[in-house]
Amino acid sequence: MKQSFFYGLVLTSIMSLSLIGCTKKNAGTTGAETQSSDDSILVGEVGSLTGPEATFGISTNKGIKLAFKEINDAGGINGKKLELITLDDQGKPEEAATAVTKLITQNKVSAILGEVASGRSLAMAPISQQNKVPMITPSSTNPKVTAVGDYIFRVCFIDPFQGTVMAKFAHDTLKAKKVAVLRDVKNDYSVGLADFFIETYKKLGGEIILDKSYSAGDIDFKSQLTAIRAKHPDAIFVPGYYTDVGLIARQARELGIKAPLLGGDGWDSPKLQEIGGKAVNGSYFSNHYSAEDKSPHVQSFIARFKAMNNEIPDGLAAMGYDAAMVLAASMKSAKSLSGPDIKEAIAAVRNYQGVTGNISIDADRNAIKSAVVLKVENGAFKYQTTINP
Amino acid sequence: MSGPIQISNRLGKFHSNWIWLVTGIFIWLISIFLTDQINPYYLNIILYSGINIILAVSLNLVNGFTGQFSMGHAGFMSVGAYASAFITTYFQAHHVDLFSNPLIGQSIFVGSLILGGLVSCAAGYLVGLPSLRLKGDYLAIVTLGFGEIIRVIFLNVDAVGGSRGMPGIPPLSNFGWIFSFVVLTVFVVERLIKSPQGRSFLSVREDEIAAEAMGVNITGAKVRAFVIGAFFAGVAGGLFAHQLQFINPVTFDFNRSFEIIIMVVLGGMGSISGSIVAAVFLTTLREALRPLQEITQVDLRMIIYSFLLIVLMLTRPNGLFGTKEIFDFLPGKKK
Amino acid sequence: MVEFFQYVINGISLGSIYALIAIGYTMVFGVLQLINFAHGDVYMLGAFVGYYSAKWFHFTDKPSLTNLILVLIFAMVMCASVGYIIERFAYRPLRKAPRINLLITAVGVSLLLEFSGQLIFGSDPKFFPELYIPQTDLSIGEIKINPLQVIVLIISLILMGFLQYIVFRTRVGRAMRAVSFNHDLASLMGIPTNKVISLTFMLGSALAGAGGVLVGIIYPRIEPMMGVMPGLKAFVAAVLGGIGNIAGAVVGALTLGMAETFLVGYWASTYRDALAFALLIFILLVKPTGLFGTNRTEKV
Repeated sequence: MKQSFFYGLVLTSIMSLSLIGCTKKNAGTTGAETQSSDDSILVGEVGSLTGPEATFGISTNKGIKLAFKEINDAGGINGKKLELITLDDQGKPEEAATAVTKLITQNKVSAILGEVASGRSLAMAPISQQNKVPMITPSSTNPKVTAVGDYIFRVCFIDPFQGTVMAKFAHDTLKAKKVAVLRDVKNDYSVGLADFFIETYKKLGGEIILDKSYSAGDIDFKSQLTAIRAKHPDAIFVPGYYTDVGLIARQARELGIKAPLLGGDGWDSPKLQEIGGKAVNGSYFSNHYSAEDKSPHVQSFIARFKAMNNEIPDGLAAMGYDAAMVLAASMKSAKSLSGPDIKEAIAAVRNYQGVTGNISIDADRNAIKSAVVLKVENGAFKYQTTINP
Repeated sequence: MSGPIQISNRLGKFHSNWIWLVTGIFIWLISIFLTDQINPYYLNIILYSGINIILAVSLNLVNGFTGQFSMGHAGFMSVGAYASAFITTYFQAHHVDLFSNPLIGQSIFVGSLILGGLVSCAAGYLVGLPSLRLKGDYLAIVTLGFGEIIRVIFLNVDAVGGSRGMPGIPPLSNFGWIFSFVVLTVFVVERLIKSPQGRSFLSVREDEIAAEAMGVNITGAKVRAFVIGAFFAGVAGGLFAHQLQFINPVTFDFNRSFEIIIMVVLGGMGSISGSIVAAVFLTTLREALRPLQEITQVDLRMIIYSFLLIVLMLTRPNGLFGTKEIFDFLPGKKK
Repeated sequence: MVEFFQYVINGISLGSIYALIAIGYTMVFGVLQLINFAHGDVYMLGAFVGYYSAKWFHFTDKPSLTNLILVLIFAMVMCASVGYIIERFAYRPLRKAPRINLLITAVGVSLLLEFSGQLIFGSDPKFFPELYIPQTDLSIGEIKINPLQVIVLIISLILMGFLQYIVFRTRVGRAMRAVSFNHDLASLMGIPTNKVISLTFMLGSALAGAGGVLVGIIYPRIEPMMGVMPGLKAFVAAVLGGIGNIAGAVVGALTLGMAETFLVGYWASTYRDALAFALLIFILLVKPTGLFGTNRTEKV
């Protein structure tokens, strides 16, 4: 009995103290906390800087940092400097939700950039929407992310479009009759892309002869590839990330598979060729832009990124850069820096010339832009064709 | 047990129940008046602390009080989360008008939580019955295996989104519900271990062979503890899903099980108050270390976290409280 | 039929990787009754030591078998010292504590290694340099055999034989077996148990390090989180073969590799990660001592 009484007392006091403590703190900090002041605008970023998917979060972060530096060097937004607060979510959705809550309610950021993975973006989006803080995700391709509400935008393709692009390319350009699919079952991006690819490809009259899967981080793909080899496909669609595709390509060639591999924008990284070596030659993937693009816009981005980070940007870095740039451009044109006004400005973005293509935001707050198909050839991604939405 | 003792016991129980009721009402009042005012960020931390308390206390029943080291708690959490989220999203999609009445909406929510807990119970029974024949490390690794198998199964079920997860779960969790279930969990576990049933759990922990000799059905005791633990894990999963509004299988991998185990061990295996303190401490610690991240520009949180864990195990191997409760340390306790 | 033989080859090559990690697991478990969760991360460290030493010594310029062996030895030595440090500072103070505490500490060490790895090495995947490029083609028609796999298999068999020799033919090995049989009794007999346990740990870690380098050669992509899943699966393999039994671990690992390959090839590839655990649960329920384990009765 005594113990029960103590439990009641302890629990009650802990909880009520914490509640009261928080209320007080909140009241005390509203003025003092760092928030968008007269000469700076705070922007929050949530990304996976540690954890199993850290490499994607870090790439994006580098792109965003470069964009912010350039905007500030060029005078900022109407005289105000942009300030970035990056929080880590360790690749966990609930951490992402907590981080975005902190950014919005503690740091009072004007906008949110992130997350890379749709899973985390989906955990963050309701909070941004509720607080009327615009959020731009650089590379969450799941259509459901922007469906959360009118404050959620993206600057990348959605899965249906990219799946369609590669299905059309495989059917029309490669004249492939039979295609095998090898998807990353752990990864929502890969599963989404594979599903839409299969749907379109079947509609076009092609045949999916095998649909196998792996888990991100696996090292051995030979069993799947042996099963695929037995069916003699004309091409293999592998919509994974470059971290795995390099190994998959190596093992496919080891097994004597000659068919080209096809993929999506997750392939875009110098690491693809570093890990895959000669094995990735002759494969195709869809992307937002071509690094071969001679337009000064793209080339100078690559040069500046290299100068800052001493490495060639991958697709995620370019997307992070564009997300930040679209946000900055919208802030410049917005009537005020309040959430609803920035939202209106982002929704009005048309034909913004980004590194990853001309970005127009449509009624569903998705980016409409054309995709390019690239071919991997001896250390370079060769431009093949452009496919418009 | 003779008559008079029984009666005094009943009186004692009645009395403590009464205190619990008052506590509950008090907290409800606080929650109504204060949740709107406090900063959502802190509220968020408090809510996740509450969910973690449920998880830690329920795991403590299995790991601490019954001495069966389970490493698959996240699996049961995911079963409850998916089951309850499935129910509420179904109602939201097909009978959205029901939610306009808060009373019905809240009843659907609580019903889904309980149902999630029960489904999780069933999973606990299925997992527990075969694996609880094993001991120690083997049991640990088998429960970890079951947790992973549950995750892989969810990864393959398209009805709940597979790896794309379930978005759009209605945000029905709030301070009141989470705290009510915290109180319920602590109350049930605390009363349980004081009951003859719970004493049989403790006897299994202390010495299985002696317990069996005394007529305790040890398999039965283990399975019961396991199933009750799974129930509350399922409820916690449901609360988690309706708080985050999104779940996917990766959220419930073995790292989550480790997190819960760490709370239990840190607080002391067999100490309810220890689990509560550890759950609150560890949930807060992550956020408290964030300012450090802003200074150093690299995230050292997990490194500090794991380092602390090792140091704590080396310096205080029984956790903060061992098998004692927090009030055992208070002065003036009568023996 | 061609597919079937290809699956067998694939299974053996995957199994031999699991085996390298599983042996270390089984040794440590045999002596200390500890599921050393950090074992998979020592394997990761081995791969990174190989990566950096190969760069440091410029071995990538002229790939040769000697380079491979030098890097291998270097990684083994480094991992043995890491293993010693882990055992000395994290596990030894807990010798008298409940086993579960040891398990938690192991989880802590594992997390510490993973996240410091991300901080120090960076979290992006690295390309493991090609230390040796064999020229011979071992393929039989459609059945492709990577010569590197054969080399790795041979090296692992040599290491296993060496280990078997140490455990069953030397004084140290006898001491190891004694400690594993009964820790207290062994120390009463004058065996320096702490030294023996340290040595076991170093041997196990050295093997994990070798595993890291060898995996890096066949699957040239290394990252700080690479040890998590292989570590767990190697443990399953060790239990499968009967924990504490070196030959059993090898058989268990090959069984697991083969089972995974066939499951993925002929049936549902999405259930691959569940298979190892399903197999584990099955074997523990049917024959808890594993395929080759000896029964130990519990004394009252």
